Amino acid sequence: MTATLSAPTATRGLVEITGVRKSFGATEVLKGVSLTVEPGGVAVIVGPSGSGKSTLLRTINHLEKVDGGHITIDGQLVGYEIRGDRLHELREKEILKQRTEIGMVFQNFNLFPHLTALENVAEAPVVAHQPGKARRSREEARRRGLELLDRVGLKDRADAYPRQLSGGQQQRVAIARALALDPKILLFDEPTSALDPELVNEVLDVIRELATSGTTLIIVTHEMGFARDVADTVVFMDQGQIVEQGTPRDIFSNPQEPRTRSFFSKVLEPAFNI
Amino acid sequence: MRWPVSSATRVAQSNQPQPAQPQSEQALPEQAAAVPPAAPPDKTGVSARIPADYSSYRVVAARHPWRWVGTAVVALGVLAVAWSLATNPRWEWGVVAQWFTAQSVVNGLVETLKLTAISGVLGFVLGFILALMRLSASPLLVSVSWTFSWIFRSTPLLVQMLLWYNLGYLYEKISLGIPFTDVRFFEVQTTTLISQFAAAVLGLTLNQAAYSAEIIRGGILSVDQGQLEAAAALGIPAWRRSTRIVLPQAMRAILPTAFNEIIGLVKGTSIVYVLAYSELFYTVQVIYNRTQQVLPLLLVATLWYIVITSVLSVFQYYIERHYSKGAVRNLPLTPLQKARKFFATHAAVPNRRNF
Repeated sequence: MTATLSAPTATRGLVEITGVRKSFGATEVLKGVSLTVEPGGVAVIVGPSGSGKSTLLRTINHLEKVDGGHITIDGQLVGYEIRGDRLHELREKEILKQRTEIGMVFQNFNLFPHLTALENVAEAPVVAHQPGKARRSREEARRRGLELLDRVGLKDRADAYPRQLSGGQQQRVAIARALALDPKILLFDEPTSALDPELVNEVLDVIRELATSGTTLIIVTHEMGFARDVADTVVFMDQGQIVEQGTPRDIFSNPQEPRTRSFFSKVLEPAFNI
Repeated sequence: MRWPVSSATRVAQSNQPQPAQPQSEQALPEQAAAVPPAAPPDKTGVSARIPADYSSYRVVAARHPWRWVGTAVVALGVLAVAWSLATNPRWEWGVVAQWFTAQSVVNGLVETLKLTAISGVLGFVLGFILALMRLSASPLLVSVSWTFSWIFRSTPLLVQMLLWYNLGYLYEKISLGIPFTDVRFFEVQTTTLISQFAAAVLGLTLNQAAYSAEIIRGGILSVDQGQLEAAAALGIPAWRRSTRIVLPQAMRAILPTAFNEIIGLVKGTSIVYVLAYSELFYTVQVIYNRTQQVLPLLLVATLWYIVITSVLSVFQYYIERHYSKGAVRNLPLTPLQKARKFFATHAAVPNRRNF
């Protein structure tokens, strides 16, 4: 498990979310959310279902277009560019370029089922345009793909198809795939929610290892023990708003808001102590 | 547990005249008396503790008499049909054989294959474009695509064919120029442009495109939305997303129906006989109108259609198998592999039980 990512620099991966709004039809799912995640920081977003956690995550790589507010990464607007006094929406090609700096891991893995584990990992580096980088050759991408599979402990399953892997293994391949473009930021959308309880830890261990690598991580999860271990900042969301945020110690053992308190009283086991 | 052991040794020894102890002497005759009437010897006393050993028995498979009866009846039916085909002189197999590879019939066959290949390929390419239009965000593209499918699926192929062939009646000249002006780059007589072949290809292609558009659209829709999201999140360009991620997965849903369409098209080409185009079916008709050997010649055409369909079915099997990679945990064996496995396991060890 060698750190094969390009040298972690603390200046990469500052995420600033300012007053973001988003509606689906008549329902407003994000009601002006602002959040800053420092370079190399680990933010864990928790909250009840339907609180807008996943939607917020998906606005960061412009999978969801925001209705109001804006998001910047290292000071650069996501999905838009400033021309004069207007924000012009970027063309798809430019958006795809921005997304290569933001890796995403999905709840349902979304591995490409007709490609092997290695092909899944090595596909994007060959075809995606990355700002300031040349595309990799097939051979180089394969070599790098094997390194990444090794890093998540799956080098020997490189030629297996996703359906031949367990859920935990699939999710680890998905993490390797997200790492293949050396992103500044990694987004995790409930990465363990579709897994059997016994498979959860093998995925969390990989994420834990990433938390020290200098990549900015933003994680939506229901695993409170994991959140306590790994987070710099825990963000509690409810009904489209950030209710409270702080260090794990503050949020879990001394929540200020009654809504936070009542949520944790339901999800934390009685023996859960900091 | 010493007692049973010592008793057994004594039993063994008791054949020889020895000063045996009374306990064992009594036990022996008791056992001997109890054992003979029970049916399987030696088994009764032990069964409670040690699992019985049945290895010396011969296994007799369950019998299925009705399955045999059914098989016999069907076999008899097949035999009867085969017999009548072979012996009824009115099938005129001699005539069939004579015409099967005749030059004119083979020429007709080539024309049929040509029509199928050209309008099949063009039809599916156009169908693919129509499917993409239908899935696009532009309402104009969507409605044009929808209208195309609506018109060509509502009109009988026969009518379309005759319409294309008689296009010269509706429009005497076809020209390329700037619309609503008098500028013309070139101009031709419609009748010289639309030959029988052109009319046939045009009719079959447009009709095929209307159907294949729906098949391809259905295939694309069957691919999970998450696949597109994952590809987009990885920054994979749009064209690559379609060709590398979506289409290979859509193919699984597209292929069975697409082959249905192509097989339908092979026989559908016979409709161009209305244009007096000499493909297989029209050729056969011309021949039997001359020789009056109607049934044998229809049989010639039928046999060729069967041959084409069979070849296509083999292609279908292997292409579908190719695209099932990753969708099934293990690829099913091909018939060839199955046969090899059968001979490896059965032929090598003769007289074994066949499961």
